[in-house]
Amino acid sequence: MGHPGIAATVATVAAVLALAAAPVAGKTLRWTSQGDILTFDPMAQNESLNNTFSDYVYEGLVRYNKQFVPEPALATSWTRLDASTWRFALRRNVKFHDGAPLTADDVVFSFERILKPASNMKVYAQGVKEVRKVDDYTVDVVTDGPNPVLLRQFVDAKIMNKAWAVKNNVVNPQNYAQKEESFAARNTNGTGPFMLKSREPDVRTVLVANPGWWDRLEGNLTEIVYLPIKADATRAAALVSGEVDLVLDPPTQDIPRLRQNAQVKIVDGSETRIIFLGFDQWRDETPYASVKGKNPFKDKRVRQALYQAIDVEAIKRATMRGLSVTTGSMIAPQVSGYTEDTSRRLPFDSAAARRLLADAGYGDGLEFTLDCPNNRYINDEEICQAIVAMWARIGVRARLNAMPRATYFQKIQKFDTSAYLLGWATATFDALYTLQSLIHSVDPKGGADGNFNLGKYSNPKADELIGRIKTEVDDARRNAMIREVLQIHAADIGHIPLHQQVIPWAMRSNVSAYHRADNRLDARWIRID
Amino acid sequence: MIAFVLRRILQTVAVLGVVALIAFSLFNYTGDPIAFMLGQDATMEDRVRLRADLGLDQPAYVQFGRFVGNALQGDFGVSLRQGRKVSTLLRERLPATLELSFAAALIALLAGIPAGVYTALRRHSVLAHVLLAASLVGVSLPTFLIGILLILVFAVQLGWLPSFGRGEVVALGWWTTGLLTPSGLKSLILPSITLALFQATLIMRLVRAEMLEVLRTDYIKFARARGLTDRAIHFGHALKNTLVPVITITGLQLGAIIAFAIITETVFQWPGMGLLFIQAVTFADIPVMAAYLCFIAVVFVLLNLIVDLLYYAVDPRLRVERVVGH
Repeated sequence: MGHPGIAATVATVAAVLALAAAPVAGKTLRWTSQGDILTFDPMAQNESLNNTFSDYVYEGLVRYNKQFVPEPALATSWTRLDASTWRFALRRNVKFHDGAPLTADDVVFSFERILKPASNMKVYAQGVKEVRKVDDYTVDVVTDGPNPVLLRQFVDAKIMNKAWAVKNNVVNPQNYAQKEESFAARNTNGTGPFMLKSREPDVRTVLVANPGWWDRLEGNLTEIVYLPIKADATRAAALVSGEVDLVLDPPTQDIPRLRQNAQVKIVDGSETRIIFLGFDQWRDETPYASVKGKNPFKDKRVRQALYQAIDVEAIKRATMRGLSVTTGSMIAPQVSGYTEDTSRRLPFDSAAARRLLADAGYGDGLEFTLDCPNNRYINDEEICQAIVAMWARIGVRARLNAMPRATYFQKIQKFDTSAYLLGWATATFDALYTLQSLIHSVDPKGGADGNFNLGKYSNPKADELIGRIKTEVDDARRNAMIREVLQIHAADIGHIPLHQQVIPWAMRSNVSAYHRADNRLDARWIRID
Repeated sequence: MIAFVLRRILQTVAVLGVVALIAFSLFNYTGDPIAFMLGQDATMEDRVRLRADLGLDQPAYVQFGRFVGNALQGDFGVSLRQGRKVSTLLRERLPATLELSFAAALIALLAGIPAGVYTALRRHSVLAHVLLAASLVGVSLPTFLIGILLILVFAVQLGWLPSFGRGEVVALGWWTTGLLTPSGLKSLILPSITLALFQATLIMRLVRAEMLEVLRTDYIKFARARGLTDRAIHFGHALKNTLVPVITITGLQLGAIIAFAIITETVFQWPGMGLLFIQAVTFADIPVMAAYLCFIAVVFVLLNLIVDLLYYAVDPRLRVERVVGH
């Protein structure tokens, strides 16, 4: 930009005009889902709904486009100075909602804040050793090694204003030990397309379009009103009666009826979340099985028998009412590194399953407990019930132990399980995130490696490849390694993948929205006609 | 009198202690809030640190002791879900719950008493039978179903009333009221009817039974013999004597209304304390659950105390017996 002064003037005039025009052409989206936002601090909660609202108010150096490829946001360009140093050029003339200009100091400060102990978003700055200011509009990011997913991480590393944070005493993210409410939980100062106007927790949150935003919305929203409604029936009723425009989580049993309603449309989209089963593969005797003195799940034939006994298409038809995409992979097609050939399932074959069990020495039956959540994933308990019934046909008597999520995760994260059901979404849209958490051996120090590998599946070759995937910057070589890990894991039957969840969004027929595979309602792409 | 009040206050404290203790022993089964507070990416180290920060690593009796100690100083801690003071949260939610509860109690009285009187006086009329049959439905249908039916008819089919929320509210100091705006009043109708229905049927049946009882007594017969009008007899003598137990029951039921508002508030997304409690339960938000249970216990105990004191003031026999006892 040759004339920043002129550009700024034009921008100001445009902003004033936009502001003046806003009430006339105002398009308000009133939307709902069952829970409320917990906080507006962009570093205090790593949870889907919170991240959705962080995206409205705050921005990162990069953001996703519709194909989930990072594109410039607060940074206009970046170059790699060496294997572990990245240089980002910041966008000029970006203003926070309070009018303060964005500078390198804010970026440096924000990364410091993300890395504080009380931050819940450390994972998005993983591997970052230091962020250095070069000049007002340039920063260097130093990592502890080559990091091929750095840009994807940075999508959710939001930039806050340093002066504002210092003034309001929120240099630290929300801290539960200090017994006070954090100012940043209910007040915001971002650079994003929307500004927080008012907030009544559990009742109503109102955001208005930011007239000074550096970019233009592809959609036409001028206001967003979020109204949480906990009761399923009421949420559906509010949509039908026109009191809300969009429901992010319409109740499954109401969807066929909503599809019949001319004033409502349903947009189906699949999530990156894969629902799968895991088994204790590390103990010599597993705690919740009838077999004493040995662990049947260590025998691959047993895992394969359990796999082939599951008719996943029947689960899709009867339990999920068509709202699932069956898969044999641990990652979804939207995730970078996915290949078609690694997602083929072993065929459903009860006879083969029975033979495998007999070969393994369990021809006369096997008993164990299947742990299952009952309020975490779509129809989670029903899926487990269906699987238990299918296993019964090959002589496996599984007891279903269904629990609410609060107790379920407490139990299985202590590895206190023989068999369990879990869902895993790939937050970064890059396969490494899943391979590292689910397939890599468990890090005894409690790090990210294998942090949800709750049956402690382990294969040294896979570990070695994952280690290299973490630092390989050549896409072709990296994707080949990802494919190899998925093949090794599938051959080992490390877990039994079932399906991807399909998440229908319900909206009034005059609303159009782009269904994101991470279930975030992206305000940039919403139109109301 | 003072001794009586003191004794009741001591009993109150004992009741609260027991409620808090039971609540805390139950919290062991509600699960681990840490899983909610930290996302799936949190490291073991983060979990351990947060658990220690919150004191959740200590045994239940230590947590209980600390809770009681703090509660005595008016400090109920910080909500794990919202990161805000529990006392602030309860204070914000109190007006919504109280307005809903009092509206429901008022509707229950205004509908229940006339219906009760009518069904007692015109026992064999068609309307009386209809009312009694309807009251059976009111007693037996679960509250959430009534709420959903009302939403279906009045919000979805007819589009007259909102299906959820409290409408616009006006702040008067820390109290927020929905009674001063049209949308607030419209929002109040469906939830308060839902909450009132059970109480209305209860009051109707109570009034009917009491009226029938009173109408059989000698002084009513004498009044008739004196040639008083039916109107004077029914309303001046019979109803007046019926209302004493009705007022008592209504007073005690107010506690039940406040406590059972949980279901109505959930169905209508009414931003009161019941909704707060339900959300706290799904999140295992221990401080909020504990404070709410203690609050409900206080409401029940206080209402009982007030009713007892009223009896004490109204019924001379109670005082006499005390004197004799000394």
